[in-house]
Amino acid sequence: MPLLLAACGSEYPQSSIDPKTDFAEIIHGLYVSVFWWTMVILAVVWILLAYILVRFRERPDQPLPRQIRGHLGMEIGWTIGPAIIVVAIAVPTIQAVFATQRGDPDNAMVVEVVGHQFWWEFRYGEAGVVTANELHLPVGRPVSLRLSSADVIHSFWVPQLGGKRDVNPVVRRPEGEEVSATWLHFTIREPGVYMGQCAEFCGESHSLMGMRVVAESEEQFQAWLTDMGGSAAASGEPAAAAAPDTSAVPDTTAAADTVPAGGDTTAAAPASDTAAGPPAGQPAPAAPAGEPQAGDALVTEGRDVFLRSTCVACHAIGGTSAQGQVGPNLTLLGRRSTIASGWMENTPENLERWITSPRSVKPGVLMPGIAEAGGNWPATNLSAEQVGAVAAYLSSLR
Amino acid sequence: MTNLWSWITTVDHKRIGVMYFLTSLFFFFVGGIEALVIRVQLWKAEQALISAELYNQLFTMHGTTMVFMVAMPMAVAFFNYVVPLQIGARDVAFPRLNALSYWIFLFGSLFMNASWFVGSAPNTSWVGYANLTSLQFSPGPNVDFWVIGLSIVGIASILGGVNFITTIVNLRAPGMKFMRMPLFTWMTFVTSFVLVTAIPVIAVALILLAFDRFFDANFYVTAAGGDPILWQHLFWLFGHPEVYILILPSFGMISDVIPAFSRKPLFGYPVVVYAGVLIGFIGWGVWSHHMFTSGLGPIADSFFVASTMIIAIPTGVKIFNWLATMWGGSIRFTTAMLFSIGLVAVFTIGGLSGVMHASAPVDLQQHDTYFVVAHFHYVIVGGVMMGLFAGFYYWFPKVTGRMPDETLGKIHFWLALIGFNLLFFPMHFSGIYGMPRRTWTYSAELNVELWNQLSTVGGFIFGAAAVVWAWNMIRSARSGAPAGPNPWGAATLEWSIPSPPHHYNFPSLPVVRTREPLWHEEERREVEAVTLAEPEREPEMPRPSFWPILVAAGATLTWALVMTGIWWVPLTGLAFTGFAIFMWAFENPFGKKAGAHHG
Amino acid sequence: MADATAAALHADDHHYTATGLPSWKVGFWTFLGSECLFFGTLISTYMVYKGSSVQGPYPHEILNIPLTSVSTFVLLMSSLAMVLALDGVRRGSKKLAVTWLAVVIVFGSIFLGFQVYEFSHFVHEGLTIPRNVFGSSFFVLTGFHGAHVTVGVVWMTTLLVLALRGRLPPSKALSVEIAGLYWHFVDIVWIVIFTLIYLIQ
Repeated sequence: MPLLLAACGSEYPQSSIDPKTDFAEIIHGLYVSVFWWTMVILAVVWILLAYILVRFRERPDQPLPRQIRGHLGMEIGWTIGPAIIVVAIAVPTIQAVFATQRGDPDNAMVVEVVGHQFWWEFRYGEAGVVTANELHLPVGRPVSLRLSSADVIHSFWVPQLGGKRDVNPVVRRPEGEEVSATWLHFTIREPGVYMGQCAEFCGESHSLMGMRVVAESEEQFQAWLTDMGGSAAASGEPAAAAAPDTSAVPDTTAAADTVPAGGDTTAAAPASDTAAGPPAGQPAPAAPAGEPQAGDALVTEGRDVFLRSTCVACHAIGGTSAQGQVGPNLTLLGRRSTIASGWMENTPENLERWITSPRSVKPGVLMPGIAEAGGNWPATNLSAEQVGAVAAYLSSLR
Repeated sequence: MTNLWSWITTVDHKRIGVMYFLTSLFFFFVGGIEALVIRVQLWKAEQALISAELYNQLFTMHGTTMVFMVAMPMAVAFFNYVVPLQIGARDVAFPRLNALSYWIFLFGSLFMNASWFVGSAPNTSWVGYANLTSLQFSPGPNVDFWVIGLSIVGIASILGGVNFITTIVNLRAPGMKFMRMPLFTWMTFVTSFVLVTAIPVIAVALILLAFDRFFDANFYVTAAGGDPILWQHLFWLFGHPEVYILILPSFGMISDVIPAFSRKPLFGYPVVVYAGVLIGFIGWGVWSHHMFTSGLGPIADSFFVASTMIIAIPTGVKIFNWLATMWGGSIRFTTAMLFSIGLVAVFTIGGLSGVMHASAPVDLQQHDTYFVVAHFHYVIVGGVMMGLFAGFYYWFPKVTGRMPDETLGKIHFWLALIGFNLLFFPMHFSGIYGMPRRTWTYSAELNVELWNQLSTVGGFIFGAAAVVWAWNMIRSARSGAPAGPNPWGAATLEWSIPSPPHHYNFPSLPVVRTREPLWHEEERREVEAVTLAEPEREPEMPRPSFWPILVAAGATLTWALVMTGIWWVPLTGLAFTGFAIFMWAFENPFGKKAGAHHG
Repeated sequence: MADATAAALHADDHHYTATGLPSWKVGFWTFLGSECLFFGTLISTYMVYKGSSVQGPYPHEILNIPLTSVSTFVLLMSSLAMVLALDGVRRGSKKLAVTWLAVVIVFGSIFLGFQVYEFSHFVHEGLTIPRNVFGSSFFVLTGFHGAHVTVGVVWMTTLLVLALRGRLPPSKALSVEIAGLYWHFVDIVWIVIFTLIYLIQ
């Protein structure tokens, strides 16, 4: 049965029985074995029960049944039997507990995950890259996610990558920096885009706190890191040129107008306009051929509005003066398949909707809209035209 | 006397039992409606029939209501009515304390539900994890209502536990040794010990949270070194024994029902007793299996894997003993028996999904998803509620003096069984396919809409079953066939007295010589000669008292006034409560000259 | 044997117990069991948070062992007085009962006085409930204990008034015994608190 269910895995993008990592595979194997043990027990109980209900129903004029009060042998039997099954389940379980919590401290790439109400922050410490809601990871390399929360308890769950782990708030300690982080360790086996969401009730928009994991080849991953403004040198990998995309990154969840990661043509891109952009000699990432050119004027206007407004108090965009740390980092936002932590397709229309009224999409969110205050900020008071411009600007960040 | 005043001042365990039952029945429908609104909201993906805030309040109150205002008090209703009758006692050990427990339960429950009327029902789930419940992240009064309401209701449980332990220890009729007690009384006994020890733990957890919210304490405040994980430990130290508090009474009920309708004694009586005691004990050692995702580390995780797997064994032993009781018997399919059989069949599913959760790595996928929601509803609805339904149909004639309608009962059973399975079985699938719990809505991409829709249909069928149940209650109580003392031909003492019993239960105390007094001809005659006799002078019973309801009101008021945030205001409530306690202490329960009798 | 017991029962007897123990005693011991869990949880919380305060005042700076030893001793002596009070009631001696009950009340009140002094001193030194986890866990734990002592003092005062009015004969010794159980329990809890919080730092 679980195999049957697994076959339908591709229809279920958040399936927990469609393992794509070593971690998920260990869990899946354990689950299948426990499942069959429980089916055996269920069958025994139900078959016995069915037999009993038919064979021993009351019949007319039946004499009093034999008043048997017990049988020591049977009691021992049905204590020992289940006990053996329990051991058969417990031993591999405990082995798996230790195996999956070991990690690989020497080789693993550590990515810091910070949970917020109601979005995910991802920090690639070595490379100096910060992003939000879309986690890029390399296939075939051990990864360790270090999880902590900026506010309440969340839980990081991407079923195809494995089990979930709570994301706990940092407890301040008297001396220094012992931080109560939790960990997830895995090596991804297959490239793809994997869906996940928060799995610990965290407030009003808990159910909308999703995310995407983009598992890609090492080259693509390095290219992304570089494009995000990071230094790939820290991991020993050569800084990858924006090479043609030969290994497909299947985009099963995003809609038609999503931009595949890693464009391969150069064009004037407004995404980074200071020296803090990609190292000289790197082709600047650009819109792939075929994408309609956003009108330069609208995009420029949008950038100006963005940088002048309260947006920059919370948001950062690599290579600009916007360096707000409170909200999601918007560098290369245009490349993401979704916005609003996985809840909406990344289209200019949706961006406009979001900027106009975040709360109409995500109740309880801390971002102000054009006519509603949010968090500690008053309404942004942008006009519809300005909203359109900002959306165009953000979409252009590729 | 059947007027309102007589109910307000009653100290009769039978009346208190009826009040507990009717109140918990009311909240069953409240909690059920909350569930049905949830199910309608989840009918379609990405739907917003109600706001996220209202949804969060609904699922919080659904869980809190069903656990604390339905499952627990409904079991207590049976403890109250049945246990004294089963052990040959005239009432519980402390009749006024018994009344107090009921009124505290009622007032605390009403207080918590009053939050609906100010649009601020509790909204942080029935487990209320810190630090979401802190002032910082939950500034409104929602969590205050929850903390205070639950604290009040908890007191009722502790007092009830004390009462039933004393009753069972001290008021057993002559000859009723512990190993001759009916199983339901045994499970009441074990449950009472678990109550008395587990509720104080959550009381402290709530007190710490209350101090954080009202007096700026730091128990769960991370900036000051407080650790939200402490809440999880304290809550689940209570929370896991709590689920045994929920299930053991139902196990006890079917352990009496199945022998009655198999015409055979319970197979392995001592083993079933010891298994229950063992479950009560081991239940204290498994709590962190609710925290496998919290990051406790592999050693702690492994310990709780082991303890949780171990506790599956005595539970399984009980199932086999029930099967063995039916084996070779002469099974009569009354509604009570149908529900007992239903429990055995359905609880097994819930128990087995529990075994899956016990495997910590597997649980990392299942925790906080609809798979867990399926598991605990299978054990709570399929286990606890089915047992309560069985007990209801079994003891209905004793309470009302009328037989329950068996046709309506069977309709109730089948609708409930079908509705329940349609409601909760699909949740195994939506959980496996990635739908977390406590979610207002879900992405269409998850493809779990079909499972949700099946559940919603099942929910309404189960709701219909509940309506049939209520209708059966009303109709049978009014015009059911009259019932004699022992319409089922059962074995235990409660069936040796008239239906309904005299207010004094037993004219004089019978002497018991076996576990099944009414199934041994000579013993039965001796017992019934005593229990069915009409005494020349009715035994003296404690008089009604007004103080329990007043103390309950005072205690509720004291706690409720904490919400004002002004430290001395609750003290006025305390003063009133103290006064009422004093008057109670100096009241003579038997109405003679004050001080002449120590009671 | 069972028949003899049955024969001894008559229709209106409400003193029958299956164990021979008074129900009040059984019930009260059970209640004390729940109180053990209650204080046990509060004490565990304190222990879990030991050393976790991010800012002072810290226990070693502010707890006054000599002073608290005195109040602990007073409380211990009050338990002795309680034993003597119960003995006095059992023997029917109004004088002894009244005297020793009064001692319990006075010593209990002295203990409470020490607590009040200690609390206000701590607050003056900057240790409050909001200040740090030490303040929170210390005040909540010892505060609940103090509340229990207060309830005990009120209870003893009631008994004292009854004794003064001659309404505490030997037949009523059970209610004094139960009050004594409560008082001793509260004392034992204090010994645990004193040991774990003051003595072992």
